[in-house]
Amino acid sequence: MADDASKPFAGLADVSISEDIAVEGDISVPVGTSRRDEELSTLDEPVKETVLRDLRAVGNKFVHVLYPKRSSALLRDWDLWGPLLLCVTLALLLQGGASDTQDQGGPQFAEVFVIVWVGSIVITLNSKLLGGTLSFFQSLCVLGYCIMPLTAALVVCRLVLLLANNAVSFAVRLLVVGASFGWSTFASTAFLADSQPPNRKALVVYPVFLFYFVIGWIILTFSP
Amino acid sequence: MSSGPGKGSSEPWGSFEESVMQGGGSAVIDMENMDDTSGSSFEDMGEIHQRLKDEEENPEPDPEPDQDQDFLKGFKGQLGRQVADEVWEAGKRQASKAFNLYANIDILRPYFDVEPGQVRTRLLESLIPVRMVSFPQKIAGELYGPLMLVFTLVAILLQGMKTSNTQIIGGTLMGTAIGTCFGYWLCVSGLVYFLAYLVNAQITMLQTLALLGYGLFGHCIVLFVTYNIHFHFLFFFLWILIGGMSTLRMVLVLVSRTVGQTPRLVLCGSVAALHLLFLLYLHFSYHSIVQGLMETLENGNHFEPMQRVARDVSQITLNATAMALSH
Repeated sequence: MADDASKPFAGLADVSISEDIAVEGDISVPVGTSRRDEELSTLDEPVKETVLRDLRAVGNKFVHVLYPKRSSALLRDWDLWGPLLLCVTLALLLQGGASDTQDQGGPQFAEVFVIVWVGSIVITLNSKLLGGTLSFFQSLCVLGYCIMPLTAALVVCRLVLLLANNAVSFAVRLLVVGASFGWSTFASTAFLADSQPPNRKALVVYPVFLFYFVIGWIILTFSP
Repeated sequence: MSSGPGKGSSEPWGSFEESVMQGGGSAVIDMENMDDTSGSSFEDMGEIHQRLKDEEENPEPDPEPDQDQDFLKGFKGQLGRQVADEVWEAGKRQASKAFNLYANIDILRPYFDVEPGQVRTRLLESLIPVRMVSFPQKIAGELYGPLMLVFTLVAILLQGMKTSNTQIIGGTLMGTAIGTCFGYWLCVSGLVYFLAYLVNAQITMLQTLALLGYGLFGHCIVLFVTYNIHFHFLFFFLWILIGGMSTLRMVLVLVSRTVGQTPRLVLCGSVAALHLLFLLYLHFSYHSIVQGLMETLENGNHFEPMQRVARDVSQITLNATAMALSH
């Protein structure tokens, strides 16, 4: 059936018409043609344009996370570049933790990666099992992009730690991390909650809350 | 047999979210203008193109057999593309069949069919021992609550480890926390199921998973409180009260499903022992650093429990270092 849909005139391939008979009529070409033409032409464009286009898409999604409203930009054109970028930034900034005797004071690079990606996968599976309508990669995309406030908080924390490392700085860091944790959770629920049956939103939000809490906790207790 | 020339040039490996219209495009075959060079018959297309250009520049007197050759070549090109497409479709079908067979999460779907109100009720009930043991008590067979409780326990454990500055050699904090909690949940559930099978108790694996999972609610509460407030007596009090209540509930549910004195003793004794000892282990293995520092501070004096308040660990470290240096 699917074959028939994509090759509408497959059965007529062996029909031959002699040249002197004028063939006329209306053929409606499906809409896909123009899109394919665009895709064909992107092979010829310079690399800079391709990279810039992807960067602009990623940047656009960042802006959507900053002002979370009910838009479908994150969901419709999902990509995993942003989450990867954020995860790598987070892991790199969390390097060089307090090492007294052994090098175990700070979370290792791989640990952060595993936490972020395995946590996202678990939350996605959970939301799908609870009857969600988002696809696997769409959920991963949303959860990854919503780590951005926490990454920003980590940058601020590192700057604060450069200045001082006392109770006041701890209070400031606590405030910043707490605010960004709330922002992350709120942003991701704004995107995810719509796809769930209405009475189960709390069941989906809780693991997201836990996930960002763990990341926020790792950021808060980080001390170089 | 043949399809539109457009099908081969689209990207069949496009995203899975794409709509069905993958090969959409012009469905009319234009055998004369076959300059579509993306496909398995790339060389043939190039050859034909070259041949056509040559013919334009140097017209040859005998076109008919060549035209047949061209037609055949073009046709083979189309055929090649068609075959490639069908191989791709067949491969995709195989892969999705295998995926649906082995990685089908829909198997777990019925166990996640809960409402928030139900989860809340079950959490509270896990601390309240049942009254009647004469007929088998109902155990809700769901996995959402237990799974979330295990993850919560992991998070609380992580917090406790960070607060007490635990250092793990040859591993990571997160790995240890996850391994401990999931290991306990899965292994002890398996053990309880095995023992229940031996003593002929009426309980399934899903039910043991759910029972033990909800039993971790008490653990979460106790650890959350005592990782932040380091009173030893408080911990023992909560251990007996909350740990005891959740153990009592589990034990009574198991008793209601088992027949005979010895089987009941074996099953319930092992569950109670493992449950309570796990809480003890979780508290003390990540608490020792604070204990050691407190003793250093008081120089081995007989300590009074009222002095043990929650302090900033860095402050204690500073004091301990200062005292050690001054001696």
